[in-house]
This record gives sequence, C-alpha cells and structure tokens, in this order.
Amino acid sequence: MKKSLVLLLALILVIGSFTACGDDADTGDADATEVKIGVNYELTGAVATYGEASKDGILMAFEEINAAGGVNGLQIVPVTVDNKSDAAEATSLATRLMTQEGVAACLGPATSGNYMATIPVAMGNGIPIISASATADDGVTVDANGNINEYVFRLCFNDSFQGVTMANFASENLEAKTAVIIQDNSSDYAKGLAKNFKSTFTDAGGTIVAEEGYLSKDKDFNAILTSIKGKEFDVIFLPGYYQEAGLVIKQARDLGITAPILGADGFDSPVLLELAGAEALNDVYFSNHYSSQDQDPLVQDFIAAFKDKYGTEPNAFHALGYDLGKFIADAIERAGSTDPDAIKDALAGTTNFVGVTGTFSIGEDHNPIKSIVVIGLEDGVQATSVKVDPK
Amino acid sequence: MRTLTKKNLLILGSILLTFALVQVLVLVGILDSFYEITIATICINIILAVSLNLVTGFTGQFSLGHAGFMSIGAYVCAIISMRIGTVGGFLLGLLAGALAATVVGILIGIPTLRLKGDYLAIATLGMAEIIRVVFLNLEITNGAAGLNGIPRYANWLWLYFFTVMAIVIINNFLKSSPGRACIAIREDEIAAESMGINTTKYKVIAFAVGAFFAGLAGGLYASYFYFLKPDLFGFMKSVDILVIVVLGGLGSLTGSVIAAILLGLITTFLQSFTAVRMIVYAVLLVVIMIFRPQGLMGSKEINDLLKFRFGKKEEKIE
Amino acid sequence: MDQFLQQIVNGISLGSIYALIALGYTMIYGIIKLINFAHGDIYMIGAYIGFAVTTYTNLGFFPALIIAMAGCTVLGVTIEKIAYRPLRNASRIAVLITAIGMSFFLEYTMMFFVGAEVRSYPMILSKKTFNFGDILINIQQIYIVLTAVALMILLQFIVHKTKTGKAMRAVSVDKEAAQLMGINVNTTISFTFAIGSAFAGAAGVLVGIYYNSIDPLMGMMPGLKAFVAAVFGGIGNIPGAMIGGLGIGIMETLISGYGNSMYRDAAVFALLIIILIVKPTGLLGKNTREKV
Repeated sequence: MKKSLVLLLALILVIGSFTACGDDADTGDADATEVKIGVNYELTGAVATYGEASKDGILMAFEEINAAGGVNGLQIVPVTVDNKSDAAEATSLATRLMTQEGVAACLGPATSGNYMATIPVAMGNGIPIISASATADDGVTVDANGNINEYVFRLCFNDSFQGVTMANFASENLEAKTAVIIQDNSSDYAKGLAKNFKSTFTDAGGTIVAEEGYLSKDKDFNAILTSIKGKEFDVIFLPGYYQEAGLVIKQARDLGITAPILGADGFDSPVLLELAGAEALNDVYFSNHYSSQDQDPLVQDFIAAFKDKYGTEPNAFHALGYDLGKFIADAIERAGSTDPDAIKDALAGTTNFVGVTGTFSIGEDHNPIKSIVVIGLEDGVQATSVKVDPK
Repeated sequence: MRTLTKKNLLILGSILLTFALVQVLVLVGILDSFYEITIATICINIILAVSLNLVTGFTGQFSLGHAGFMSIGAYVCAIISMRIGTVGGFLLGLLAGALAATVVGILIGIPTLRLKGDYLAIATLGMAEIIRVVFLNLEITNGAAGLNGIPRYANWLWLYFFTVMAIVIINNFLKSSPGRACIAIREDEIAAESMGINTTKYKVIAFAVGAFFAGLAGGLYASYFYFLKPDLFGFMKSVDILVIVVLGGLGSLTGSVIAAILLGLITTFLQSFTAVRMIVYAVLLVVIMIFRPQGLMGSKEINDLLKFRFGKKEEKIE
Repeated sequence: MDQFLQQIVNGISLGSIYALIALGYTMIYGIIKLINFAHGDIYMIGAYIGFAVTTYTNLGFFPALIIAMAGCTVLGVTIEKIAYRPLRNASRIAVLITAIGMSFFLEYTMMFFVGAEVRSYPMILSKKTFNFGDILINIQQIYIVLTAVALMILLQFIVHKTKTGKAMRAVSVDKEAAQLMGINVNTTISFTFAIGSAFAGAAGVLVGIYYNSIDPLMGMMPGLKAFVAAVFGGIGNIPGAMIGGLGIGIMETLISGYGNSMYRDAAVFALLIIILIVKPTGLLGKNTREKV
C-alpha cells in the first residue's frame, strides 16, 4: 500500500519540477532598451499600508524618470511583486526577481524583518537591495560580526538616531524630567525607538515613570491611558505608526491628558490629522526626514505632483519611496551600466544626493548620513521645526 | 513478514529515484534557486499537512492550532542551531524542537481533547495564539523583531529525507494498533469507547505525533528561511495548513501530499498576479469546497484509485 | 477607585461592540453550527458602508446606521445563498473552509478597491462628555451601549415572541423535524443570516464613529474575540452573547490597565480554554446529553 503512495510522491515531485521549469525560457537578458528593477513590497497582509505607500512613491518616481527619457537612455521597468507581509514569501520573491526576472537591483521590503530576510539572497546573488524604511539598528547593513553587507543599503535613519534625537529634544527643548513610553510592541521599529529613547533620556537625568504597550491594529487605548492619567509626568513618548498613534493622541486628549506627545517619522501622514482631529494635535512633536512646510521647490513640487496623481497628501513612506526610486536611477546613471556590481559601487559612492527627504551621502556602513527635523504641530499644522545634524 | 519484498524494494527505488532526479535537475541548473525555494516550501507543507491530517483527518479531532506547534519547533531549533553552529547542532535543534512541541502537545491535549468538534477547534486556536503571544514577549526569541541569521543547514537532501520519513512513519502509525484505534475514534467515539478503547489516550497520542512532526517542520522552516518572527505563526498559518488537508481530503495522506504540491504550484503561479492573487485564492477555495466538499481524494488513497483502474487484487483492511 | 470605575466604563464600551458582533455569531452558530469566519468581515463592510454614506452624503448617524444594516443584510443573505447553502449536507469542516475563503474574499476585494490605508469617519456625533466626579463618559459611548442593549432586546423579542423566531429555534434544535413540521428551513436560515449580518453592520458603523478608524482587515481580531464572547456566554444564547461580550471587554480593559497589555489577547484565549474545559456550554448554555 505504501508503494503507490511513494510512487505518487515521486511522480508529483517530478511533474511539479517540470511544470515549474516551463516558463524558464523567457529569463534571458533584458534587451538593451530597458532595465528591470524589482519592487518587492508588502501589498497584502498585516503591514500592507506601508508596502502600498512605498510602492506608490517608487512607481511615481519611475514614471517621471521614464517620461524624461529614462536613465542612460534605458526605460526603467519595475517588476512589482507582493510578499504578503511574510518573510518567507519575501525571500522567495527576492530569489525569483534576481534569478528569473533578471533585475539589476531590488527595492524593498518596507519593514526591517522582511527586508532582513532577503539579505542573504542579495548577498548570494550579488544583486543590490535597498529599503527606504528598514530602520532596525542591528543586522541590516552590517551583519552580526560587524562586517558590511556589501549589497545592502538603506535610505532611512536607524532607530537609535531618532530615539536619541527625541530623548534629547525632550530633556533639552522641553525640559522634561519625567516621561511615559507607550510603544507598539508588535513593531520592531517602535521597540528600537523606545529602547534608545529610554537609555538617552535616563542618561540625561530623566526618569521613565511608566512603560505601556499596545499591538498594531488596536483601536481602544482608553485602558492604558486611564492608568497613566493618574501618574505625574512631563512628556509621553509614543513610538509607533500614525494608524495607532492618531487614535492614542485623540483618546489621550479626550481623557484630558495634556502633556506633550513625542513621536518619530511613523507619525508623518495626513491620516494622523484625520484620526486625531486638529484640536488634539497640539503640543505634538515628531522627528522626520523633511517638513512638508519646507518651501524648497523640490519638496513642494513633489507634494503637488503626488496630490495630482493619487489625490491625497503624501506620507513619509510615499516620500521615502519616491526618493528610493530616484536614488536607484541616480546610481544606475552614475554606474553607466546595468551591471549589479557597478550599481552597488555607485550606490556606495553616493555623495550629496538631493532628495525630497533631504540631501544625503551614503556612509561607510551603507547608511545615509542625513539631518533630522523635529516638527512641532499646532492645531494639526506643522508650526515649528528644529533641525538636528548627524553626529 | 519479509522486509525485502518486491514491493518495499520498489518503494525504496522510487524514493531514491525522485531524490536523484531533482538533485540532477538542480545540478545541471534546470531547477534554479527560486524553484528550490518552492520545492522546500512544498516539502515543509507536506510534513505539516500530513501531521495535521493524522489529528484532524484520521482521528477526527478538529485542530486550528497547528501553527503553534510549528512555531515551538521553529524557535527551539533556531535558538539551538544559533548556539551550536554545526550540522549536529541543527539536527539536535530539530529533534529538541520536535520534542518540545510534543511535550506542549501532550500538556495541551490532555485537558482540551475532552472537547468536541468546533469547541476543540476554538480551544486549539486559542492555544496557538497564546503560544504566539509568549514568543512575542520572550527575551530569548527577540520579541516582535524576531530571530535573524539562523544558520542554514536545511537543504533539499534534509527536507526530502524528513518529508519521506514523516509520510512513512505516519502511514505506518495508521496501520498499527494505536492508529486503528484513532480511526475508530473518528468513525464513532462512543462505539470505540464501548469497545474498550481508551479514547483520551489515543487522541492524545495522535495529537502528540502530530505536534512532533509540526515541530519538525517548524525547525526545517527556521533553518531553511533563516528568519523567524511571531507573526509568521498566526491564525492564518494554521488555516493555510488546514486548507491543504481539507483540499486533499480528510483521511487521505496522498491527498495531503497532492494538495500541498498543487497549492504550492498555484501560489507560485499566482505570484505574477500581484493585485488579485488573494482574491483569486479565496474564490478558488470557495469554489473547490462547493463542488468537491470532500476534497480532491476524499478519504481514499491514490492506490485505492489505481487498484480500481488496474483491477489489481490486494488485501485491504480499512 | 475613580480610576477603576473609569476602566469599567471603558470596558463596557469596548464590550458592547464585541457583544453586537457576538449576537450575530451566536445566532448563526446556533442555527447551522457554522463558525462563520466571514462575520467579522461583514462588520468591516458595514463600517465602510457607513463611511461612504456619511462622507459622500449629508445623512446623519441614524440613516447611516440603517443603510449599513440594510447593506449588510443583503450581503449576509447572498453569502449564505452562494457559499453555504450548497454545502448544507457537507462535512462541517468543508463549510468552515468555505467561510474562511469567504472571509479572505471580502477582505481582499475590499483592499483591492479601497486600498490598505485606514480611513476616518467625519464627525457626525457631538463630542459632548459628561463628568461624574472624575469619571468621563462621552456621548458616543452612550450611543454604543444603548444601541447594543436595544438590539439585544429586539433580538430576544424576535426569537422568543414571533413565529419566525419560533421557526429559528425549531431549526436550531432539529432541522429535519422542523422541515417535517412545515417550516421552510432555507428561509429561516436566510432570515438568521439577515439579522446577524445587520447587527454586524451596526457594530461596524458604531466602531467607525467611536474609534474613528476603519481598514479592510479590521474584522479579523474582533471577529475571533466575538466568537470567544459567544462561547463564553453560551453559544446560541442571546443574553449570553451580551454578557460574554461585556465580560471580555471589561477583562481586556482591566488587564491593559492594571496588568500587562501584551498578555491581553493571551488572557482572553486562556479564559476561553478554561471556560470550555470547566463548562463547555458556556455561562448560560444548556447542558445537552450526547445520544447514541
């Protein structure tokens, strides 16, 4: 009885392998009029919002570049795939893009975990990958032994830079002595920020009065807010994304908590205002790559073009995605070829790239060196901004 | 009973042949690394589906928490093989992970397996959620960020070996006396009990064996995809496994194998349809269930069908 | 003490939402023994219908609520007709997979059309808050609790005082016998789906207004929790679903407020397992003896 069972297994595996091979033929080199770029993002699943936004920004940048004649006369052809917010899927798709589609470079995924899962694929295939939003401190551009991951780049700050900046902002600019941390415990980004905020803030003589946590997609924060309401504190540090942060701010203000609320670039979205309402958004400060009030024509043109195309104001993921699209094109142009190694060298040698999210160079460790802006909101409008340069 | 019957030799031959064939295809480069990942996913899914089929299909105990056992195996294997970076460490991790899953399976099984039908399903679902929350909060599992850089020792050889092992062991278990008892429980629990079968005992045994292989699959997953985080083992993962089992047919091991391969190929194919892939997948599920609610194979094995085809005579006790 | 009472208020508002979803769950489970995984997604669709109505027309709270309930009724009945009715005599697990498939379908079709981004409701209820000492209660919380209670009473009335309700109870006890007694089983089941889905739609609109945030995947977790609530109260039992919903809401709030909010979901499921083991029929469920 076992025989047929195993025979079947054998048969199926063989047939499966052959059918899978069927479409192998079209993986020849891209012809000389185009260059393929992989876009590997979370388009469905738990973190689809971030993936979608990044992808929209990237595709908009590519369209602009192609309309202007492409890079080195080549049209950019994005190969967009959906990794379902799943690390194994992201790995499999990165492999597919690199070995089957013949991409010159891969963009994404948006979240650190999924991005990290694709790093060994990039290193193995020798094709550069870049993420605009993988902020984890460890294990991204530098591996556990301190070696640079040669083919891995990013365009965003890492968690420690933002966490430290906001802690200094709290103790220096706001003269806060005590703070409460409310963090998104299901996000490594939020946890990284909280860790760095906590150590810097306590080193500066401050005390963390309470640490509360929530999970992404939570909607009811009344319980944790009611419990901190009875405590004495100067500021709330709220690392997390706008979907929950907007609701936390609204519910906190509704409960009568008036302390300043600090956050990071996860706050940057027009949705924050929609969720929290203008009157709740007073005394709210967050670190960001740029200010949408910046009168630099580059920023204003981007915002106008984005509204034109998608009908909404851009958020941080859109802006970073847009810069990512421009950034890879810039590297291909400077490399003068579509050879992944040449692109990798061009990426590593980037100096003073001018983007919407700031002007930056790529450092030794493949992280961008760029300044940070701390934005203050008054009635939901960006009213103040303080620029902090990297150490 | 002779062990070297013609039949067994044939089985052994076909196992080796399949292995060699895929190995050659990989070596000459027809199967590149992308297809290798697809094949690895299929192998892991086969182990998961076959082990869940033992619990749900053969013993009739409806479990929605298989991803929980998988995650235990995955994390234990990852943690051990990150400390001991050798093949030995990997194998030790696999074994330890599978055993840890078994222990948890027994601990959870003893109280919950008294429940029936949907209640058991919900209890196992809750259990898997609790396991996930624990991993989300533990220091050693690195919380939400997960474990990265797990050494990769799982390859096609190991995956194939463990897949065949899982199928053979579960198949033989079902032909053994405890296996028969499990099937009797599925058919009619009260009748089985009055025949003197200790139903709780056999249900827990089936649950433990199922958990063991789920843990094994988890360990292979951790090693092959070198990255773990708690989100991977949510409710959706349990559902994915259950879908394979039901699609193949409850109580059909070959059905699970076929369904795992088929779904693996379908998802690979759907990868090109980014925008609508999940919608197509959902519609496929509903349509298949409406037109073939018993699954592709029902409770038959492939050899039952072949026998019918060729009119071959063979003793059959099922 | 004030803080504790405030937490109870928070818990009751959260629990009322679970209760509204749980009412539909418990009815549908009671009548066809199906864990309708798509129920949470009908709640999501209700929230989106309410969003569309309040954003693109000038209609207020009550019209939005009614339209969302009507839309969900149609949706629920259609799903039952297309996906569940053909499987009436199939194994329970096949219907369950269909329900999961339906749930994916609703989630991802919605995501395809409206995107994954969260949306927020326009302000359609005033932000008035009442102070009782240090305890704050806002008008939205009052609306939520009142709607939940009103709908529960309405449902209790339908099930126990009307002919259709009697038919529903009969079908839930024995489908074949009910049919022999001249009850149209299919119509009765459709009716159950209609009511259950309408309630889910109402919950969707209330959540949209109360929390001001909706997204295509918002139904997954509340759907599961509502099922836990239904089991907790005793499946098929209407006041039980209400008590179960409130109980879980208060429990979650107290755990987040005084314990570790990270273990909130784990505690809910742990409670479920304990309840199932100690009293599998739930708080208010009737014991049934297994017949051979």
